[in-house]
Amino acid sequence: MTADITRLAGHELAALLVSGEVSSVEATQAHLDRIAEVDGDVHAFLHVNEAALEQARAIDERRAAGEELHELAGAPVAIKDVLCTVGMPSTAGSRILEGWIPPYDATVVARLKQAGLVALGKTNMDEFAMGSSTEHSAYGPTRNPWDLERIPGGSGGGSAAAVAAFEAPFALGSDTGGSIRQPAAVTGTVGMKPTYGGVSRYGAIALASSLDQVGPVTRTVLDSALIHDVIGGHDPLDSTSLEREWPSFAAAAREGASRGDLAGLRVGVVKELDSEGIAADVQARFQETVRVLTDAGAEVVEVSCPSFAYSVAAYYLILPAEASSNLARFDSVRFGLRVEQAGQTVEDVMAATREAGFGAEVKRRIILGTYALSAGYYDAYYGSAQKVRTLIQRDFDAAFEQADILISPAAPTTAFKLGEKLDDPLAMYVNDITTIPANLAGIPGMGLPMGLGDDGLPVGLQLLAPMFEDERLYRAGAAIEALLAERWGGILTTKAPALTGREQDGAGR
Amino acid sequence: MDFDEALERFEPVLGFEVHVELGTRTKMFSAAPNPAHPDFHDAEPNTLVDPLSLGLPGSLPVVNAEAVRYSISLGLALGCEIAQSCRFARKNYFYPDTPKNYQISQYDEPIAFEGAVEIELADGRQVSIPIERAHMEEDAGKLTHVGGSTGRIQGAEYSLVDYNRAGVPLVEIVTKPIFGAEHDAPEIAKRYVAAIRDIVLSLGISEARMERGNLRCDANVSLRPRGQEALGTRTETKNVNSLRSVERAVRYEIQRQAAILAAGGTIVQETRHWHEDTGATSPGRPKSDADDYRYFPEPDLLPLAPSRELVEELRSQLPEQPVAHRRRLKAEWGFTDLEFQDVVNGDMLHLVEATVVAGATPQAARKWWTGEIARLANEQGVEASSLVEPEHVAQLQALVDEGALTDRLARQVLEGVIAGEGAPAEVVEARGLKVVTDESALVAAVDEALASQPDVLQKIRDGKVQAAGAVIGAVMKAMRGQADAARVREIVLQRAMD
Repeated sequence: MTADITRLAGHELAALLVSGEVSSVEATQAHLDRIAEVDGDVHAFLHVNEAALEQARAIDERRAAGEELHELAGAPVAIKDVLCTVGMPSTAGSRILEGWIPPYDATVVARLKQAGLVALGKTNMDEFAMGSSTEHSAYGPTRNPWDLERIPGGSGGGSAAAVAAFEAPFALGSDTGGSIRQPAAVTGTVGMKPTYGGVSRYGAIALASSLDQVGPVTRTVLDSALIHDVIGGHDPLDSTSLEREWPSFAAAAREGASRGDLAGLRVGVVKELDSEGIAADVQARFQETVRVLTDAGAEVVEVSCPSFAYSVAAYYLILPAEASSNLARFDSVRFGLRVEQAGQTVEDVMAATREAGFGAEVKRRIILGTYALSAGYYDAYYGSAQKVRTLIQRDFDAAFEQADILISPAAPTTAFKLGEKLDDPLAMYVNDITTIPANLAGIPGMGLPMGLGDDGLPVGLQLLAPMFEDERLYRAGAAIEALLAERWGGILTTKAPALTGREQDGAGR
Repeated sequence: MDFDEALERFEPVLGFEVHVELGTRTKMFSAAPNPAHPDFHDAEPNTLVDPLSLGLPGSLPVVNAEAVRYSISLGLALGCEIAQSCRFARKNYFYPDTPKNYQISQYDEPIAFEGAVEIELADGRQVSIPIERAHMEEDAGKLTHVGGSTGRIQGAEYSLVDYNRAGVPLVEIVTKPIFGAEHDAPEIAKRYVAAIRDIVLSLGISEARMERGNLRCDANVSLRPRGQEALGTRTETKNVNSLRSVERAVRYEIQRQAAILAAGGTIVQETRHWHEDTGATSPGRPKSDADDYRYFPEPDLLPLAPSRELVEELRSQLPEQPVAHRRRLKAEWGFTDLEFQDVVNGDMLHLVEATVVAGATPQAARKWWTGEIARLANEQGVEASSLVEPEHVAQLQALVDEGALTDRLARQVLEGVIAGEGAPAEVVEARGLKVVTDESALVAAVDEALASQPDVLQKIRDGKVQAAGAVIGAVMKAMRGQADAARVREIVLQRAMD
């Protein structure tokens, strides 16, 4: 059993835990073994939880004692390092927080614990979630399990790679401009950015407060829904968290997967995200997917969102502006790195610490943001960017009058090579063109696999729904996933390289 | 330059920024205990903190609803309009007492704006002070500079930071420029701050103790030559921690600026530091309008839209305005004009009122505050309010009323209370100052005194009752003053006639 439980989808593993066929200790050990086996190559994890087995044992004991547990209790989960965790370092991929162990759990982490999930460890990311390749981590890049010479996407490359490499069945990510959906696209996994305010940000180390949203990273749509059900809902500790009752996303995913068709679903193809800058093979997979949807009864229409042209520019004003303020607290006075010499003033120490502790990309964005907020420039930059945001929201409003969901490629290309765009920040920024509008508008978005590119690497599909309609994405996403799996003979990650000789046959499960 | 001469040549224009710490149980944006609440005054440094107070990564602010209600009440009491919708903003600057390196404040959309406060001068004239805005914000932590001679950052070896105060709810009240103050400028400054203090106290939203920093005043002063339209360059004087200092600082700043301008110099726009001991201000940080705090709307908080129902509910609960309040008290207490003026000018109205509320008669309360306590405060050069709590004064008077203390003993007890020996009853106990009510002890002492002064005894028996004074004196001395002289006199007369 132990040999292949890491290959199971999260909900399949959870079912075995519930039935008692697999213990949490076995499930946890299997994944720890897998991490030990492959993470030297993948480097998805920055920290492995030493207490994981102990926590798994506690869950097994509670289950043995007859306690009624959550349906995911005992299942392992990987946590993006941007989230605060008691007992585990939380560095957000930055040198400036090296070794910092928070005294509190992020709300999403507390809710996972409450449900009995076992944290395997903390996953790698671009420093402070600034990047699209995980190459900006202060602790070295994560590699794409499909091709170790390629990037796993970013900023949440660690979580996506961990899930794609079968090191974890479930993971948490955070998405400010695509940091969940784009890594999902290039690793053949599923990632969900919930409606802004749908999931608490408390304890998520802030990048851009008005854009950040925590969400699940998994191998199946249902698995994401199950995690979303656990972490979502109002949190009094986050003022921007929505006070509303959410339906069961898992129920929506199960219903979507079992329906077998998409009759009556109006699907909008966003013209502006379907042509310019999108690689030919990505376009080809997208067109094939559109045909699959049409064949399944969906009504596909083209919609236009002209303001999307300004989205990257607006995003790269709002994000650095908010980040420059959010990152001001990293000053060595109360926590984290301190670089000092005798006789220095506190200003000297702050400056030296920030100089040594922040990477180049972080400094670049702090400088951009500081400039954009400066007196005399505020209206031209931050103010204008906020207006673009309103325009993008209007574009979405109009589009959603014609369609129930919108679709587009989740990323313009398959995974690029490590180092390929590192010296060209603009090329890196433009990579997020497909995912950024959802963050600017606050709407939910999902990334899921839609096949392989000409290079044999995963290509991702993005689904978008109106504000609050996360349920719609799970229903449609699970249906599309089922239709595609039927064509492929299994979900895409079953085609992922095994990474070691030991499990060559595992791909055929 | 002499004050009158300064006023002859220049017109002073005033402006005030008063910060009021709200006495809510928890902080402005988190559940950490608020040191401005009476239950948490004496906390050790850095014990009233939580992730937000320390600016830990991932922490988020949540608006304290009680602080919002307090702020609306204060805005209403200042005669302000309450915003239909307002929002918070981040004021970005690096300073080690500011845990997030930005302060959450209100910038372009304050909760209250456009009001006025009526104040009454000593001679009864009323002046209206125009209020521009009152906005909510969080306080910073407190730095203590160690080493160096001045206790200021210059020359210090190192500094300690206490984050207890970080996140304490504040309302900053900003006046419009105040014109026409003329010779009354120093008094207007003092009366205005006192009026804010009285409003805050009547609302019960802060203890408003200046010496504790519950109420802090920054005084802006500028001068312009007579006949000139344009405003002069202003200075902002900080660290003005008592009403008396407010008055003195404004007077000082008018004279200082006048001397510079008269000599052809220019005023530097800057913050200045008030020194209570020398009665002078010294230059602090240069401050220009170009200071760039990179304000932007706080993305972690939603706009705040107080419902009109809440605003009207709070309006209906407003206490009377200070001027009306004062008139009512004067009538209720039955003080003469002179007595009442004495209390008001000594800035003791709220103290007398609190003492009356605590159970003392108005006359007794007045006598304590304008008498013995004012004398001691004057002697020590401090505010009367900082010496003793009104409740303790009321308790002291109660002990006198029930005969447990004589006036003389009560003054000794007061000294003990001021010295920090505890409540009056505790001081009485510890110092053994209780009046001797043991009748047999008094009788024995009287008999002994009469026996040792047979000539006096004879005079009393002969009807020269006033001669009893000598015996009473001897008995009081033997009792170390702890006897009721009236009762001793009764006993002396009674025993002498036996």
